[in-house]
Amino acid sequence: MTHALVELRGITKQYPGVVALKGVDFDLRAGEVHALAGENGAGKSTLMKVLGGGVAPDAGEIRVGDQLVRLRSPKDALALGISVVHQELVSAPMLSVTENILLGRLPRRGGRVLWAAAHSQARAVLDRLNLDISERTEMSRLSLGQQQLIEIARALVRDTKILVLDEPSAILGQAELEVLYTVVDTLRRQGVGIAYISHRLGEVMSLSDRVTVLKDGVLQDTLLVEDLSEERLVTLMTGRELTAPVRSGIALDAPVLLDVQDLQVKGGRAPINFSVRAGEIVGFAGLVGSGRTEVARAIIGADRAPGRVYIDGDLLNRRNPRSSRRRGLAYLPEDRKDQGLLLHRSIRENIGLASLKTRSRWGLLRSSHDKADTQRHASAVGLKASDLNSNAATLSGGNQQKVMLARWLAASPTVLILDEPTRGIDVGSKSEIYRLMKELTDSGLAVVMISSEIEEILAMSDRVIVMRERRIVAEFAGDEISEEAVTRAAIVSTDQVSPGNPTPETNAPEGLSTIRGVVND
Amino acid sequence: MTDQSGTLTAPAQRPKSGRARGIGPYVRKYGAAGALVLLVVVASLTAENFLEVQNILNVLRQISIVGVLALGMTFVIITAGIDLSVGAMLTVVVVYTANTVQTMGVVPAIAVALVVGAFLGLLNGLGITLGGVQPFVMTLGMMAFAKGIALLYTQGRPIPITNEAFLQFGSGRTLGIPNPALVFLILLIVAWVVLRHSVFGRSVYAVGANEEAARLSGIPVKRVKCAVYVISGVMAGVAGILYASQLGVGTPVAGDGYELDAIAATVVGGTSLFGGLGTVGGTFIGAALLGVLSNLLNLTGVSPYAQNLFSGTLIVAAVMLQRRNSQGR
Ligand SMILES: Nc1ncnc2c1ncn2[C@@H]1O[C@H](COP(=O)(O)OP(=O)(O)OP(=O)(O)O)[C@@H](O)[C@H]1O
Ligand SMILES: [Mg+2]
Repeated sequence: MTHALVELRGITKQYPGVVALKGVDFDLRAGEVHALAGENGAGKSTLMKVLGGGVAPDAGEIRVGDQLVRLRSPKDALALGISVVHQELVSAPMLSVTENILLGRLPRRGGRVLWAAAHSQARAVLDRLNLDISERTEMSRLSLGQQQLIEIARALVRDTKILVLDEPSAILGQAELEVLYTVVDTLRRQGVGIAYISHRLGEVMSLSDRVTVLKDGVLQDTLLVEDLSEERLVTLMTGRELTAPVRSGIALDAPVLLDVQDLQVKGGRAPINFSVRAGEIVGFAGLVGSGRTEVARAIIGADRAPGRVYIDGDLLNRRNPRSSRRRGLAYLPEDRKDQGLLLHRSIRENIGLASLKTRSRWGLLRSSHDKADTQRHASAVGLKASDLNSNAATLSGGNQQKVMLARWLAASPTVLILDEPTRGIDVGSKSEIYRLMKELTDSGLAVVMISSEIEEILAMSDRVIVMRERRIVAEFAGDEISEEAVTRAAIVSTDQVSPGNPTPETNAPEGLSTIRGVVND
Repeated sequence: MTDQSGTLTAPAQRPKSGRARGIGPYVRKYGAAGALVLLVVVASLTAENFLEVQNILNVLRQISIVGVLALGMTFVIITAGIDLSVGAMLTVVVVYTANTVQTMGVVPAIAVALVVGAFLGLLNGLGITLGGVQPFVMTLGMMAFAKGIALLYTQGRPIPITNEAFLQFGSGRTLGIPNPALVFLILLIVAWVVLRHSVFGRSVYAVGANEEAARLSGIPVKRVKCAVYVISGVMAGVAGILYASQLGVGTPVAGDGYELDAIAATVVGGTSLFGGLGTVGGTFIGAALLGVLSNLLNLTGVSPYAQNLFSGTLIVAAVMLQRRNSQGR
């Protein structure tokens, strides 16, 4: 049996109102992938922050090799070869990709940075990750998924013996996932010990050697993956079994609620045209950086873009997020930390933010109504929080995502654009949220769901639109939807896509022409 | 135990619980209040007449002008802005009010004060939102500009006020409470309700906490930002009325330095210059803390020149205390 690289014993960590970890043991051997699974708020990130020196435990000990160590800061951990890629990205947005990858270790001579050497070092890592990004690009111009891969690149250039990946796959699409898996595999063969947190159970099963399950801060079990099945894993995590949501087909004569015409996205080569009917979920698939988020932002007017957007047949003039929301069009952004949450304000304020009007009379908040409504939406999304008055920053990643969902559900939109809605949400809550989405669409909501998770696209979409290089390259409905078809369309160049899916213009759904007729009159 | 890598492999002791994060929020919330209580205790021990009702009311009257300005400043700073022009706006208001009260009477004077304050604040707000000028720069410009207006208007000479009713307001009392203190307390309650219980208040916090998130959630970010500078201007208008009616003269140096006192009271009261955090109650405590300190120094006969040393130290200490905690936020 391989010797443990690092061993955590009896780790306990308490926060006001919650015990995040209760005497948890965890160890990591050279050349293994050790997955950590558990529901949102189970304590996975906290345990890994303890290992990374970012959080001081209240009790417990850490051994690296045979040495008892005390990690006072992430710097101490780094010095011991422990690199952590956190769930929430921590890059420097205004710096270049090179600077971000080589953060704190740019090659220098006599105080001067050797930029040529730095860029080529960065290039080498990017190539290793199969990333088609210029090393000179400013970090803020990258998509979240790309930023995620850059963070992994940062760990690669360091002399890493122990690598912690906290939900690295949450926002990656199929192609990027392959890259990630290859990297993980290579590192494992080089003898690096990898702790891997994920809510994608298939991935946990196929990638890891051992799995540790946490529940409410308590160690459930550590098992060899051979002794485990996906069902058993779910039961260990949630204490129950799950049922998949059943989608009923949508009526073909349902009114078109969202109609997007000739939308010109920045850097896009062809205009975007599509529509969504009441009760329909349209999945947007595509690689990270294929332009799906840009389309969403252009639709609600977060970014200026020429084109026409109709809500329930009415043209939105001079679109901006405020006017769009008033007309019932809401957008849940992909980046909860930068674009979504007020981290240092209460959960209550966060949930109420997009529906202040309905919570008030004469501009004053109706306190009891506000409280009750917040509570209702918090439980609808399965938010686990000890107190709705505590800061959003104290929530685990998945629970923060639930706060975002609750905010947009509370806004009671007619058209809801969700950008990676279940990013970092555990399997149990996910099926609850799918059920909720189904209920909402059954009651007439139209949903656009951007997702990099192919299973989610397949399970939830009535129709799938695939984007590549900032344009719509394919559209599938009903039986045409398959993993193979969607993935192929996302990767392969347009002219090779299956014959049933020509250019988007000619593929416009029937409803479009009628709506156009109405509007033009 | 062998120890190879120095500090890192020191025998693991029980780490201190939570790295002092546990008390963080409490210090932010109650630190200034604790300091105020401490100072009051010290004051009542050193100056025997400190705790007399008359002296307390006197302190309240003394902090009313800075307090009113600080209320407006609280709104501004919560949006992560700053208003350096409140002192100069107050000066403009004071000279216009002095002139109007002499020529047209009390009611027009009050109207002029509020309108002038609101207008200058609106200019600040528009410059910042539509003009895209940084709040620091915009209000610094306004500070010079407003000061220029006051000097031009008065030609550098003070305008004496002789209107009895107006002066009576500044020196008089209602229900035993000095009128300026009463105005301050009423505005304090109004500001508290607005910040804490209104849609606008929630929007102010949201804009300061995460502007992009607020925008995507449909908050009218520009309008909110503009509004807080108008509020600050109106507060300068009210403070100008209090000033003119208490001192009975409109001079072009009336508001000099008030902006710093207002910012100090706000920041000592726990409002974060990074935005998104702060309360009206905190600002009251901040203003009271500075007021009590200066009252105590007066009662004990410390030279006014030396008093600045104390308040300067207090401000830095308060902010340092908060910074220490904000790392554990
Ligand atoms: N700074 C903090 N202050 C207060 N409570 C905290 C803090 N950080 C974490 N917690 C709490 O500790 C618990 C464990 O959180 P943790 O982030 O480890 O969960 P997780 O297993 O990573 O969940 P997820 O799958 O959602 O990422 C949660 O209840 C969370 O609310
Ligand atoms: Mg986590």
